[in-house]
Amino acid sequence: MIEIINLSKSFDGKIVLDNLNLKINKGETTVIIGRSGCGKSVLLKLIIGLLKPDYGEIIVDGKDIVRLKGKELDSIRMKFGMLFQNYALFDSLTVRENVGFFFYEHGYMDKEEIEKRVKECLNLVGLPGIEDLYPAQLSGGMKKRVALARAISMRPEIILYDEPTTGLDPITADSINNLIVELRDKLKVTGIAVTHDMKSAFKIGDRIAMLYKGKIIASGTPEEIRKSDDPIVKQFILGESQGVIPLEEGGR
Amino acid sequence: MFKYLGEKFISFIGYLGSIGVLFAQTLSLSFSPPLRKKNILGQMHKIGVDSLSLVSLVSIFTGMVLALQSAYQMQKIGARIYISSLVALSITRELGPVLTALVIAGRMGAAIAAELGTMKVTEQIDALQTLAVNPIKYLVVPRFLALITMLPILTIYADCIGILGGFIIGVGKLGIGHNLYMKMTFNTLNYKDVFTGLIKAFFFAIIIALISCREGLDTEEGAEGVGRATTRAVVFSFILIIAADCLFTTLFYFMFK
Repeated sequence: MIEIINLSKSFDGKIVLDNLNLKINKGETTVIIGRSGCGKSVLLKLIIGLLKPDYGEIIVDGKDIVRLKGKELDSIRMKFGMLFQNYALFDSLTVRENVGFFFYEHGYMDKEEIEKRVKECLNLVGLPGIEDLYPAQLSGGMKKRVALARAISMRPEIILYDEPTTGLDPITADSINNLIVELRDKLKVTGIAVTHDMKSAFKIGDRIAMLYKGKIIASGTPEEIRKSDDPIVKQFILGESQGVIPLEEGGR
Repeated sequence: MFKYLGEKFISFIGYLGSIGVLFAQTLSLSFSPPLRKKNILGQMHKIGVDSLSLVSLVSIFTGMVLALQSAYQMQKIGARIYISSLVALSITRELGPVLTALVIAGRMGAAIAAELGTMKVTEQIDALQTLAVNPIKYLVVPRFLALITMLPILTIYADCIGILGGFIIGVGKLGIGHNLYMKMTFNTLNYKDVFTGLIKAFFFAIIIALISCREGLDTEEGAEGVGRATTRAVVFSFILIIAADCLFTTLFYFMFK
């Protein structure tokens, strides 16, 4: 389980996260929704320790990730896999080297075992036999899947999805949603996804939390969120430009 | 005015501090296993072998121009045979290391900053960290090690080609006998001339590696940021190379009188 307590982060005096509190249950996918630029990606980067908060705690399996450094941080990071919004595949490496990167670098496995693991991960995301291609030769949807294959290669307990369906056509987006659901059911991973794609949020989420002005203003099952009376939540999930959320603010 | 200068000065000190931190991290990680031989050799090839033609061109023309320019003065006082000594000394002590470093800063410093900068803005550096790989160990150390080995080697190569350039003009155009030309070259040259040049090259390599990697890793704001990082990497490397050259030349002047 992950527990986020009083988390605050600002950039150049601009408050992005303001005393945020959130609990993420094991084995469930929690979706954090909110407008573009409201700090959703920042929250993910804080959870995996890529950024340090101004104050607050992020407890992962009893350890506060905020206070960890070096080897300790690396060892807790091995519990995580992260799917980046823009794939973040290493362009100078093949798909094989990308998916098996963790093992090639850390030397936990010999070549044959790595090859087997890469095949297994690519099969899981529905892209067998593309090991020798380079990222530049893949379509957007394929890159997303390869990035997902890399994220699950070290069999993480927790996967962070940064806008998993953004920039994809609706059919490819749906296939990624199905993959995320499948990963949860098959591998029993805990998922944290941030998105503003409501269709995706309702499909993959066991719980949905809405981030607005640096705080979680609503959280619940998809059904509870759908029926929410909160005017901000209502306006957001219906996607209306008229209402209590000002257009130009970006939710900050 | 004072406030502006003060702020600039403080940010400059901060910048030097961040370079120093990177240097310390790179040094400590350079000696800790695993050493990624494939990465290091790849970088050495890019920096060394792929730069040979450019370094050759720059050095041969420099040697030729140097011979011609000194002939202009030397002939007046009938000291034509000293042209070879002058070319050999200027090339090994000064122009070989400095010009090679500038060429490599322009060619590889820009490439390193652009590559790391692009990796930063496309979140590839974040991705490295999420895979528990230290970006400094994976990206900076191989480039650093490759530069500090290849730049001195390239400098020796540039010294030879530069002297060859002077030889072509001295023997071919100015009519100095080739035996005499070579004799005058080797009689003048000491180990210390070549050696001080190589010490310079070693430090220039550290400058290029640290500045380009720092700029690359600090890149922000997309394509424009990458452009800015590349420019800054080249400009700062050039300035620091020239400044360091001045410092070392002064130092060596008093040390090896």
